[in-house]
Amino acid sequence: MNRITNHQLYRLIFAHLAEIIREPAVLFWGIVFPILMAWGLGIAFTQKGETHLKMAIVKTITASDTLKETKLAVYLLANGTKKDSTYSIVLKNEKLGDVSLTFFETSWANAYTMLKKGQVSLIVEDKPADTKYHFDPASAEAKTTYQLVSNLSAYGAIFYNANQSTIEPLTLKGTRYVDFLIPGLLAMGIMMSCTWGISYTIIDRRSKKLLRRMVATPMRKSNFLLALITARFTMNVVEGVLLFLFAWLYFGTSVQGSWPALIVLFLAGNIAFSGISILISSHTSNPEVGNGLINALVTPMMVMSGIFFSYHNFPDWTIPIIQYLPLTMIADSFRSIFNEGAGFIDVWREALVLTSVGVVCFVSGLKIFKWY
Amino acid sequence: MLGPNGAGKTTLVEMIEGIQHPDEGEIFIEGKQWKNHQHELHQLIGLSLQETRFMDKLTAYETMRLFASFYKLDSRRVDEVFKLIGLEEKKKSYVNNLSGGQRQRLALGVAVLNKPKILLLDEPTTGLDPNARREIWNILLDLKKEHNTSLLLTSHYMEEAEYLCDRIVIMDQGTILSEGSLEEILKIGGHHSLDELFITLTGRHIYE
Repeated sequence: MNRITNHQLYRLIFAHLAEIIREPAVLFWGIVFPILMAWGLGIAFTQKGETHLKMAIVKTITASDTLKETKLAVYLLANGTKKDSTYSIVLKNEKLGDVSLTFFETSWANAYTMLKKGQVSLIVEDKPADTKYHFDPASAEAKTTYQLVSNLSAYGAIFYNANQSTIEPLTLKGTRYVDFLIPGLLAMGIMMSCTWGISYTIIDRRSKKLLRRMVATPMRKSNFLLALITARFTMNVVEGVLLFLFAWLYFGTSVQGSWPALIVLFLAGNIAFSGISILISSHTSNPEVGNGLINALVTPMMVMSGIFFSYHNFPDWTIPIIQYLPLTMIADSFRSIFNEGAGFIDVWREALVLTSVGVVCFVSGLKIFKWY
Repeated sequence: MLGPNGAGKTTLVEMIEGIQHPDEGEIFIEGKQWKNHQHELHQLIGLSLQETRFMDKLTAYETMRLFASFYKLDSRRVDEVFKLIGLEEKKKSYVNNLSGGQRQRLALGVAVLNKPKILLLDEPTTGLDPNARREIWNILLDLKKEHNTSLLLTSHYMEEAEYLCDRIVIMDQGTILSEGSLEEILKIGGHHSLDELFITLTGRHIYE
């Protein structure tokens, strides 16, 4: 009679886990998708070898010009290659990696279209006597392209190969983009999994009147929520471990800091987002409202917390706010453990704040929780 | 409790079930009120709500085990209930693969797990075909006769009330229009059927 398999907490955890595991789509989005994302982004931003930059070139020769060919085009013809109306040249540098420049010769109208479509980042207006550059100075890629092409035009391809001895490529662990990305993805996984997994499940079951049916039995309400959180936490562990294993095997990602600190922080992150998820789903029974609520919570953090790119690009006054977002706290602490060798002493404050946020949200969520 | 949609049947039943609270008046079940006797009343009553959807990806058996665990019951009771509702061959089917009638039988099974003295059923046969409806009726008659369970059910099917009920309450727009055994309430106005009585009471058909 007292076997553990008859206990309501066991049966509730089993039920929640079964619901997750038996839905192939859930497994795909929870496990396969983050790994694909890590793989795709990791590859895209840690490519070695040649960089490819593309631009449009518009030749402007007036009747009064004595020369019948434009300045840059002359250089490209002599030092690069031309096929149809496309010029190419490769700037060589062993330490920086080679840069291949491609110039599409075209009309003004077409050049603007290409710029708008993102096919090129720069338009070169090439005249017999000089060359002008049209681009958006706010775009980093356009600026880099401009620097390279203007130097090429002024000094020739040799400029790129000068001063080799002054460059020391960093091979330190934890400085690659993928080292920045993986801890961020782990943090984001916790947030996504908790908010959608817990909030959406609660709202869905409320809308299907299942919550109402369950509390009309002697079920302990706290057991229901505890089971939901436990099942989700179990999935988060599996998702996190698989993502880490992939990163470790494929990218050689490693944890330079303390494993126990990482585990404590992982727990704290789960507590924080479980609590937040209970709070945001405490009232509504409309899945569409729930959808909006979850998105309103998740999207700003995904954009601002520096998961994919550093949040230091945001205006200075926003940084202190961003740093106290739960997702930022998890991601930053994960990164310091992964890449900077941080230990428990460096992240205990974050762990404490995250845990407190979770507990406060959980308790207040439970107070206003609508079971009917 | 018989009445058209919107008559207030569900509201009344949910107040009896302790899910909604009455604005005024008091409800006693075996002399007990929800306010102070939640635990005893949960053991005493079984219920099936209108339109409850169980978890899609649990099997019928797992669903029953889950609810059994809330009453501290083990698999023996679950097996008994499956026999009672005649759903033994569907034990391993996922809930979302069950037909409407099978789901209603499952809901009924969940409701009787704790051997309730009082069973409250909100529209147990709505949306079912005549065969499925009759199957539910037979289970309910069995519960009533063999297990001595008091049944309180809401319906807008006249024949369901005639077939199953000892006492009938006719409701419309939140008020009770007539109450008594089938013979008693028909006798008052000299009506031949519940349909006729309902038209006299409200000026329209129950299914309008």
